[in-house]
Amino acid sequence: MASDKVLQLNDADFDAVIKGAQPTLVDFWAPWCGPCKAIGPVIEDLAAEYEGKVTIAKMNVDDNPATPGKFGIRAIPTLILFKNGQVVDQITGSVGKSQLVALINKAL
Amino acid sequence: MKSHYQLVILGGGPAGLSAGLYAARARLDHVLLEKGATGGQVLLTDWVDNYPGFPEGLTGFDLVERMAQHAKRFDLNVELACVTRVDLDDERKKVLHLEDGSMVTCDALIICTGARANTINVPGEQELRGKGVSYCGTCDAPFYRNMHVAVIGGGNTAIQEAEYLTKFASKVTVIHRRDSLRATKIIQEMAFANDKIEFLWNKRVTAIEGSNAVERLQLVDNDGSTSSLEVEGVFVLIGVTPNNAGLPLEQLNADKWGFIPTDIESRTCVPGVMAAGDICSKDVRQIINAAGEGAVAVLAAEKYLQGLH
Repeated sequence: MASDKVLQLNDADFDAVIKGAQPTLVDFWAPWCGPCKAIGPVIEDLAAEYEGKVTIAKMNVDDNPATPGKFGIRAIPTLILFKNGQVVDQITGSVGKSQLVALINKAL
Repeated sequence: MKSHYQLVILGGGPAGLSAGLYAARARLDHVLLEKGATGGQVLLTDWVDNYPGFPEGLTGFDLVERMAQHAKRFDLNVELACVTRVDLDDERKKVLHLEDGSMVTCDALIICTGARANTINVPGEQELRGKGVSYCGTCDAPFYRNMHVAVIGGGNTAIQEAEYLTKFASKVTVIHRRDSLRATKIIQEMAFANDKIEFLWNKRVTAIEGSNAVERLQLVDNDGSTSSLEVEGVFVLIGVTPNNAGLPLEQLNADKWGFIPTDIESRTCVPGVMAAGDICSKDVRQIINAAGEGAVAVLAAEKYLQGLH
């Protein structure tokens, strides 16, 4: 699995990435969250599949409290799709790959 | 991934991992298909104190990690795949249709797809999911530091999660539709002794309200009177619903809730198809019987496979 293709975001570089040329899917997660772990391999899979088309990124909410607060995140995993810095749509919970593909397609 | 296996194990929770351990040790030509990381619902459990062999207790996370490591020591073969439909029409060959359009066939199949949290199906629940509505205290409790939250339910999961939530929340109100809890006595004792936990008996939630986050719950008492409760979060922990999408339920003689009946050897009514864990039609859904059923199912699968040749 190509985990190096998943971009690790922090509060400092978040804005620049979501305003980038490519749509960005951000997985808000934490190490103590079981369903976040469950969805991990799917995120890595998507990162390989959408390389060059969609930026697939993760943000650890423990280390970066500001951004999740800004988006009112109260449950993880929450996956938010951004395009030109704007929220396109979001999903909460450990969902299957097809639901994430459907989410990503909203920005393509 | 190959196109055919002797045995496919569908799902990687405790039942699937235990089946995987037995299948790998039996040197069966096998694969365990899982749509994410292995673990299942146990990943949602903050603390497991009733699994024998771990006298100090451990997190659900650690328990399934150990189960996975254990099976991998014997070369359990796990593949990431999402099965969309299971076709049992052919007597010999079971056909699994995958999300990417491909197919995998097998001689014997063990269904370990498990179950997931029930929803309460009231107005506001869907809209405020992730904005105060949660189904996993272990996952989301840290977002409710010094806040007042509600837990809906009266079983082990609900009461254990209420207890866990008090580490973060200022107050936890348990809302239960009966006048007593179903949870194991020792779990009840801890909850009753916790002064951060308050109980609202004989009440049901009829709506979850809030403009962009949960603000309050509407309640109705069994005597018909109504009330509301101001909370910033609500944890819905009222039992489980089977993960049976894509399974031929009629053929498997599923019960009215969609769980699959099995015999004492974990066999379903379809020859060569076994089921183990929370997907089974049964009264007790614990990690330990899921794991036990996984083992039994592989032994039944072996017997079935031997009969084929």
